[in-house]
Amino acid sequence: MLEHIELFFRSIFIDNMVFAVFLGMCSYLAVSKKVATAVGLGAAVIFVLAVTVPLNWLLDRYLLQEGALSWLGPEYADYNLSFLSFILFIATIATMVQLVEIVVEKFSPSLYNSLGIFLPLIAVNCAILGGSLFMQSRQIETFGLAFNYGLSSGIGWFLAILAIAAIREKIRYSNVPAPLRGLGITFIITGLMGIGFQSFGGMLTGGDEAAEDAQETVQIEAPKEEKIETPTKEVTENNSEIDEKEISYNDVK
Amino acid sequence: MGLLSKKDANLIKDPLADNNPITIQVLGICSALAITAELKASVVMAIAVMFVLGLGNVVISAMRNIIPSKIRIIVQLIVVATLVIVVDQVLKAFAYPLSKTLSVFVGLIITNCIIMGRFEAFALGNGLWRSFLDGIGNSLGYGIILVIVGFFRELLGSGTLFGYPVFGDPIEKTGLYSFGYENNGFMIIPPAALIVVGIIIWVQRSRNPALIEEN
Repeated sequence: MLEHIELFFRSIFIDNMVFAVFLGMCSYLAVSKKVATAVGLGAAVIFVLAVTVPLNWLLDRYLLQEGALSWLGPEYADYNLSFLSFILFIATIATMVQLVEIVVEKFSPSLYNSLGIFLPLIAVNCAILGGSLFMQSRQIETFGLAFNYGLSSGIGWFLAILAIAAIREKIRYSNVPAPLRGLGITFIITGLMGIGFQSFGGMLTGGDEAAEDAQETVQIEAPKEEKIETPTKEVTENNSEIDEKEISYNDVK
Repeated sequence: MGLLSKKDANLIKDPLADNNPITIQVLGICSALAITAELKASVVMAIAVMFVLGLGNVVISAMRNIIPSKIRIIVQLIVVATLVIVVDQVLKAFAYPLSKTLSVFVGLIITNCIIMGRFEAFALGNGLWRSFLDGIGNSLGYGIILVIVGFFRELLGSGTLFGYPVFGDPIEKTGLYSFGYENNGFMIIPPAALIVVGIIIWVQRSRNPALIEEN
């Protein structure tokens, strides 16, 4: 349970798709002019990520990994098909996006129209494929964790695009230097937000370090009692050495 | 350029500045930001994208009359994925440490918006030679931004270029470091890339006011 909670907060804040690894930047920059469309696209990304990452986890686990085919029989255990992962992952993603497109068109035509070209482009949103590839390279253990990872990275992306859309709606009223207007200032704001999000890294490591420090102090305190005896021995030994030296020195004299 | 007619030459020249994929068309940002902490990685990434985009544009252009428009996205994805697998395997075979640095971002060439954007906007409507030139031009435009960002980030961030120390040795305090110069660790962290690209956009648009956009 604890690892689920940790993964959840880690992928939303610390490893945020936009601010930590810069995935899905194209649609992030292009669709973030209005909060309403940003929310629609963000929700679609959450859904597609939460579905495709666990599906691709299954593909990776039972088809692609080295030795993944051993369920077919012992003679297949040596196969390593991981070079095919790009093509299979992208096929899963394209299918799911097509599905989302059909569903959105059916139930919310207005959202469908406002998203326009960017709905099919979710298929080529780096965040989606990146989610699956990071799932593969970080070797996420179980199906549940894979689902958790997909969902929470989707939420992280959603939060990022929501925040930048809100900022961009307000920035209209400020006096930005003309050449920076639009794209330039969005880049710089995103950079500043990225620096801000780096401080979330302390959420996990800060706690761990404190715990390690506490353990270390305990360990340091415990052997102190033993050490009290050892220095006296050393002192006596040293004294004897000095005595011997003095003796030898005297002898030479 | 005696080899190319003026119209064809523009296919190469335009994406370098006034129609740059990154700063004007806003395509292919992700990899431009994530892998530019080192100049070497930026150059390799630019070459990989040039290979995939140039060849992919030719393939899509050759098939443009037989692809049904409803499934064109999937067809395009398959073509790109195949080319990217080639790049990935070549990198793994001949430059393994580098392929570790680039990690998933080679795979993410598949979803690099430049590729799909150029397939959709150009290769589906133009002939083989022109599509090839367009692919090369756009990947050059992409590569230029990558190299500029990588140059500044590596130079200011770690004081090296392609891994060779430029300013002297920071530990033994030789060269520029003996005057109290310090490496700016800020340039290494990823958000710095965004700010550098922002500044490039600023410079470019101040030089050419026609590119300034509304808020």
